[in-house]
Amino acid sequence: MAVTPDDVRHVAGLARLGIPEDALARYVEQLNGILSHMEVLQRVKGEAEATPPDAGMALREDRVAPVPLAIARERFAPRMRDGFFLVPRLATHEDAGEEP
Amino acid sequence: MTVPLLDQGAASIAAAVREARVAAVEVFGAAHGRLLESHAGPDGIHAVLSTAEPPTVAPTSGPLAGVPVAIKDNIATLTLPTSCGSRILEHWVSPYEATAARKLREAGASLIGKTNMDEFAMGSSTENSAYGPSRNPHDRTRAPGGSSGGSAAAVAAGIAPIALGSETGGSVRQPAAFCGVVGVKPTYGRVSRFGLVAFASSLDGIGVFGRTVDDAALATEIVSGHDPHDATSAAVEPAAMRIGPGTLDGLVIGVPREYFPDSLDPSVRERCDRAREALRAQGATLRDVSLPHTDLAIPVYYIIAPAECSANLARFDGVRYGMRIEGDGIRAMYEATRAAGFGAEVTRRILLGTYVLSAGYYDAYYRKAQQVRELIRSDFDAVFASGVQALFTPTTPTPAFALGAISDPYEMYLSDIFTVTANLAGVPAMSVPIGRVGGLPVGGQILARHFDETTMFRVAYALEEALGAEAAR
Amino acid sequence: MTGAWEMVVGLEVHVQLRTRSKAFCGCSATFGDAPNQNTCPVCLALPGALPVLNARAVELAARAALALGCDVHRRSVFARKNYFYPDLPKGYQISQAEQPLATGGRVPLPDGSTVGITRIHMEEDAGKSIHDRFPGQTAIDLNRAGVPLIEIVGEPEIRSSAQAGAYLRALREILLFGEVSDVSMEEGSFRVDANVSARRRGETAFRPRTEIKNLNSFSNVEHALELEFARHVATYEADGAIAQQTMLFDALRQEVRPARSKEGSHDYRYFPEPDLPPLVLAADWLAAQRAALGELPAARRARFVGALGVSAHEAEILTAEPAIAEYFDAVAAAGGDGKAAANWILGEVLAARNAAGGAAAGLVVAPARLAALIALVRTGAVSSTAAKAIFQTMLTDGAEPKAIAERDGLLQVGDDGALEAWIAEVWAEHPDEARRYAAGEAKLQGVLVGFVMKKSKGRADPKKVNQLLATRAGS
Ligand SMILES: [Mg+2]
Ligand SMILES: [Zn+2]
Repeated sequence: MAVTPDDVRHVAGLARLGIPEDALARYVEQLNGILSHMEVLQRVKGEAEATPPDAGMALREDRVAPVPLAIARERFAPRMRDGFFLVPRLATHEDAGEEP
Repeated sequence: MTVPLLDQGAASIAAAVREARVAAVEVFGAAHGRLLESHAGPDGIHAVLSTAEPPTVAPTSGPLAGVPVAIKDNIATLTLPTSCGSRILEHWVSPYEATAARKLREAGASLIGKTNMDEFAMGSSTENSAYGPSRNPHDRTRAPGGSSGGSAAAVAAGIAPIALGSETGGSVRQPAAFCGVVGVKPTYGRVSRFGLVAFASSLDGIGVFGRTVDDAALATEIVSGHDPHDATSAAVEPAAMRIGPGTLDGLVIGVPREYFPDSLDPSVRERCDRAREALRAQGATLRDVSLPHTDLAIPVYYIIAPAECSANLARFDGVRYGMRIEGDGIRAMYEATRAAGFGAEVTRRILLGTYVLSAGYYDAYYRKAQQVRELIRSDFDAVFASGVQALFTPTTPTPAFALGAISDPYEMYLSDIFTVTANLAGVPAMSVPIGRVGGLPVGGQILARHFDETTMFRVAYALEEALGAEAAR
Repeated sequence: MTGAWEMVVGLEVHVQLRTRSKAFCGCSATFGDAPNQNTCPVCLALPGALPVLNARAVELAARAALALGCDVHRRSVFARKNYFYPDLPKGYQISQAEQPLATGGRVPLPDGSTVGITRIHMEEDAGKSIHDRFPGQTAIDLNRAGVPLIEIVGEPEIRSSAQAGAYLRALREILLFGEVSDVSMEEGSFRVDANVSARRRGETAFRPRTEIKNLNSFSNVEHALELEFARHVATYEADGAIAQQTMLFDALRQEVRPARSKEGSHDYRYFPEPDLPPLVLAADWLAAQRAALGELPAARRARFVGALGVSAHEAEILTAEPAIAEYFDAVAAAGGDGKAAANWILGEVLAARNAAGGAAAGLVVAPARLAALIALVRTGAVSSTAAKAIFQTMLTDGAEPKAIAERDGLLQVGDDGALEAWIAEVWAEHPDEARRYAAGEAKLQGVLVGFVMKKSKGRADPKKVNQLLATRAGS
């Protein structure tokens, strides 16, 4: 299951990491190096006995009680106008190459 | 010569402040002096990234009244930046406070500074900090360990008797061992993660450093407890931790053979043997046990942790806060921001995590790793079900390594080989100084069952009692 | 040409749950507030913030699933669906994947057909991206980010646009009934994506499908399905091929066109959400939810028709809103006359509510009082004309209908003496009509009754007046 430069390009794209072409080979080599140590897992047989059914999670009461912000959004947002966060224009929902 | 108040332990400092024998501001001043001294010069320890102003409203009550504490830079505080050792959060001041930080504040502690760390807690040496590495106070050419290296070094340098760190795979215990201090990783769910910037949520936890076992126990008790803001925080009874030294009569301590491989540094093995003798002398029965899946822990960890991190770090996108590099369109903005904001190790782990989760690889890597994680967890269940109440191991395979000595990522990962298992299983674990080798501290690790911090501390107090003087030498 | 072809449709419906606060944080889930006002560390995805699930969202989701006949699982698991979009603050949506809340329901439709439900899972909504507010910029409002949703994934069992419409109406009805959601397509609390394909009748395999998004009304859904189906058929008849892709429905131009994204580029990398332990529902809690749900609309309609004697059409209207159905039940129970109760509610009661401002105005007249009024008509104590006048008074007057009738002189007069006196007066005032009627011109009886009714100001019992007139003519 060797990682190829195309794999790294694909994965970097999914993760929105701008990786210069000249750094690609290093990441390919390092990922292959790391993943070679993972192969040992494929040889493991057998599964742990099913853990007893957990109690599950505690839920929150449906109450309007947000954790307050000690600093206004405008002061930490990189770009804000009229209360909106601003990003470069997307013509439609499709432009980011993803859909909700 | 009398011991300076700052070195008398957190409880003594707090008592002196409460009884008005000393003002909190004076204690803070002393701590601040130590900070400046230890950070001076080209080989300053660089443990602290941002330094607090003296408290304006000096605390006069609380179990930590006036006690200076240092907090790792990935735990949200209201007054100092929480940069996580990353460019992408440079100057970021959190608009809300982590539960653990609030508990320390409410106990009367004075925040002295936020401490250096590997970027987003990814690393074992602090060399992955965007703001430069910290240095080990015992030998400034060596790493303090990581990722909570700044907190460990701050406590070792006597700046603060207590510090908060965080663990994902040993990031408190390993630097505690390297810096000769006590490092505690409580049971997963014991301490709220609310406000701890996530690396790998199923493994992350806030941990505590102390100069002494007693300081560590005191601080761990304070930051523990159920938090309605963290769905993984456990609604369990508090465990007594600050129980003081006592005998180990009737206690069965397991010594897992997988943690003493042939490759173990002989001097570390020798210190561990002496620690075992000390435990026996205190009344404990030592038993040879096996945790057969231990050798799979690092591969499992380096699939699960990067997978979770790839999602946890997706929020750093330049839209709402943090660094933003403009680009031609949204995608270019994302890629430029994240390329400039993240360092090499973080980038590597996001790539790795994205890869193991991506279509076609999920079953072979992520699902398999989860299955093997269950096996590792069941190893602990089995050994604890066999009548063993605690385990003793070395914390790390070697003492502190030199800065720059390890360049291969996987070799660096192996320095967590004895610590990641506790994170994978969720059990409590801590490191206690058990001696020195060539002036460098060596840590011994104690593990216990889920939520049985009481037994863990019982062993820790006994070890400290027996070996403390030697370890501090 | 489409006669040889069969439409195959599966619908995915996102429904906003009616909670006060968001799914995973304490922010208000209301609409229309200033942009980003309802945001906090959690829904802004600030570093270190963590989600905690809203108990009410679980209750509403479970209720919806039970009402749709699904198996609600004792244990379900949240998962992260990873993708970058500026209105998705965490870079992943908390959803459910391998272990959803519920699976396997079935929705009965009025024509007797049913549509299967594959699964229902819980998830959170994204924020809103506004592309046309500032030049060169997209504006992000995260007030909606984190609002709880359920996604109802239907089986590809729908075979016509009309059936799709009927399915959506049935879903809406059930969700309204369970008070799960406001179910407003216009406000976005009920959002439909359609998967469409076409195949030759008799084929058993499915052909490639396209997904239509942006469907914001029931009629748009039906229209878009017809357009897309026709496109598939035309493509096949021209020996073309349909590519699996996402389409957008343009309501303004009434056209379906391809979305710009490259299909197949999605790799959501789902994995279990480590910040949330599994959702475990106690068996007795589930049983209580099921019991609290009560009678479903379809069952209630059947009962109205069978036991209470209303028509299928009337039953449809009476069950369109839970409040009306409950009101009808109460009136019918108090008065014992389902048919009359239905007539009153579909007539005067709903007219009065509409005049007062619609559903918000409520149903003012207490069921027992309306039943009492119906009884007055049945026993002949008041005429149906007078009853309508009494009803109008009852909208603002809390008195019993009988008291109102007495006070306003609207009780029907059936006493022979009084009626004979009015008839005698009419006889004297209209001698021409009286003579011709007495001479056998029977069609004038109605005219004379009218005169009597007028003279009595509507209080005369028309049946008795008719009898007395007939007697007088015959004597
Ligand atoms: Mg969905
Ligand atoms: Zn919120």
